[in-house]
Amino acid sequence: MLKFQPKEHKATRLGFGEALVELGHENPNVVVLGGDVTGSVRTDLFMKAFPNRFFSVGIAEQDMMGTAAGLAIAGKIPFASTYGEFATGRPFDQIRQSIAYSELPVKICASHCGITVGQDGATHQSLEDIALMRVLPHMTVASPCDYHQAKKMVKASMHLKNPLYLRFFRDNSTVFTSPDSPFQFGKADTLIDGSDVTIIACGLQVWEVILAEEILAKDGISVRVINMHTIKPIDVETINKAAEETGAIVTAEDHQKHGGLGSAVAEVLVQHCPTPQEFVAVNDTFGESGLGEELMKKYGINKDAIVKAVHRVIERKKSNRFSRR
Amino acid sequence: MKILDTNELKEISQQLRRDVIKMLMISKSGHSGGPLGSADIFSSLYFHILNIDPKNPKWDGRDYFFLSAGHYCPVWYAALARRGYFPLNELTTLRKINGRLQGHPAPVHTHGVPGVEVASGALGQGLSIAVGCSLGLRLDNKANHVYVFLGDGELNEGQIWEAAMTAGHHKVDNLIAIVDRNDCQIDGRTSNVMGLEPLVDKWKAFNWHVLECNGNNIDDFISTIKQAKDLKGKPKVIVARTFMGNGVSFMQDDYKWHGVPPNDEQGKQALAEIPPTKYGDFIEFEWEKEINLVSVK
Ligand SMILES: Cc1ncc(C[n+]2csc(CCOP(=O)(O)OP(=O)(O)O)c2C)c(N)n1
Repeated sequence: MLKFQPKEHKATRLGFGEALVELGHENPNVVVLGGDVTGSVRTDLFMKAFPNRFFSVGIAEQDMMGTAAGLAIAGKIPFASTYGEFATGRPFDQIRQSIAYSELPVKICASHCGITVGQDGATHQSLEDIALMRVLPHMTVASPCDYHQAKKMVKASMHLKNPLYLRFFRDNSTVFTSPDSPFQFGKADTLIDGSDVTIIACGLQVWEVILAEEILAKDGISVRVINMHTIKPIDVETINKAAEETGAIVTAEDHQKHGGLGSAVAEVLVQHCPTPQEFVAVNDTFGESGLGEELMKKYGINKDAIVKAVHRVIERKKSNRFSRR
Repeated sequence: MKILDTNELKEISQQLRRDVIKMLMISKSGHSGGPLGSADIFSSLYFHILNIDPKNPKWDGRDYFFLSAGHYCPVWYAALARRGYFPLNELTTLRKINGRLQGHPAPVHTHGVPGVEVASGALGQGLSIAVGCSLGLRLDNKANHVYVFLGDGELNEGQIWEAAMTAGHHKVDNLIAIVDRNDCQIDGRTSNVMGLEPLVDKWKAFNWHVLECNGNNIDDFISTIKQAKDLKGKPKVIVARTFMGNGVSFMQDDYKWHGVPPNDEQGKQALAEIPPTKYGDFIEFEWEKEINLVSVK
């Protein structure tokens, strides 16, 4: 049986857009920058509600990040938003120097992340953004598992004093958390408890993991499921506990294998609690055009791939290689 | 191949527009507005202006063409297929998994098709590449021309103006940039999203020769290109005024058609407005077969 029931389908980017409007009402210092993709990233909602606090910079992402830094210096709370690749790869040095090194409270909010953006193809599939943002000192990096969590994350971001990167997705996705479940940056959600293996995921992959857990449970495998919504600073305690109690880890993300959530988890394990780990991620390749589901299958990040990875890691755990048990 | 005259080019443009509509009806995803608006530019380039050999796409005497605004690729793919770079029936595979017609173009040695030199899709990178290519050719004393196609919204990107400065500084006069001045981008009119005017003066200030023309008039466009080729000493830019969605009444000059495909109903209506040509479509839909049968009776 599915441990979580799908309630409806709504996009994380919509949660972002709606939360921005709420913040706009609560705080007159909230400002938003648009890069000619306003309707797509749902900052159109804020633009309509607060036209004088919305700044169009045109298709100019480097300028967007610099302008956001300037607005922060002037005491504003800037949200800069465009597609994942153009929010991170394109203006990387502007983010590094003017925002991260300068420790300015700019909130970079990217939509259309991951391979699931589909038909636009590799140029638009941001699969490196977690790695790029996570490597920057001072940067908080997080990605919600559904619409409600997206909303909560954006609201909670108001209290962060450091730079922030949030990762949203285009597609309508399964909503399975509730509006009132707690959210705190850096504190992972253990969604399902289990003792044989732990799957740690972020973003829309969390739902894929819940689907995989149903299959694995039928095979008698007890799976712990963790939603690691904050990739940096990562919840070391929860990872260590899972490693100690289950002895096998699978990570799942719609991102490159190198440098993403899986790498972040491995960095923790190898230092604190060496444990066999399998990665479900795009394996060092660019994507291509196709439907989201087709791509998840071809590039090995759907529920079937997660199930296989669990079987592999359990084999390794049994054979005791790299395992403390 | 013999160089086509204006009437024939018009017919090719018409066919490219039909191709674009059909490709998008099949893919159910992709950009309508820019590709339809620039069909006259692409037919002129690929069937009159460019010195190319589709059987030998890497021929070193070729004119180089770069599509900086990668989202225009449906019309580019149609022109490449019609010119013989790859089979016409491959146009059915736009944006499909395991295909070569990527949603934004890729070169043939990665995922893409012959005739594509470099990936594009992230805006604003193509002019730099074209400048580099022009500099390289000049170093080898080659006579090849380099053409690059830019969207007007795309000119918002700072890298465009860095490249414009580089080209002006190095006086690369084997380079012709074409700006598709349709005054539309995603969020609205270019004048509302990010004003570009005075655009001609901007390019002039960066030490370019600037020419203007009607990009939906093939005679005007071709004679402007000829004029540009004769100008020496500076890089050349043609600001080609076009209508987004040109040829389809309900899309024409409407920025809302920037990035969406026609649904079945809209596609049928669009095809009804663009008569079939002697070149024939790359696919006949089931409903067309029925209509054709009725008209034969
Ligand atoms: C670097 C980058 N930022 C944003 C986008 C998203 N985007 C794709 S097309 C487009 C608008 C382009 O406008 P224009 O060049 O005028 O083309 P047209 O609307 O006329 O087709 C935008 C913002 C992108 N592809 N690349």
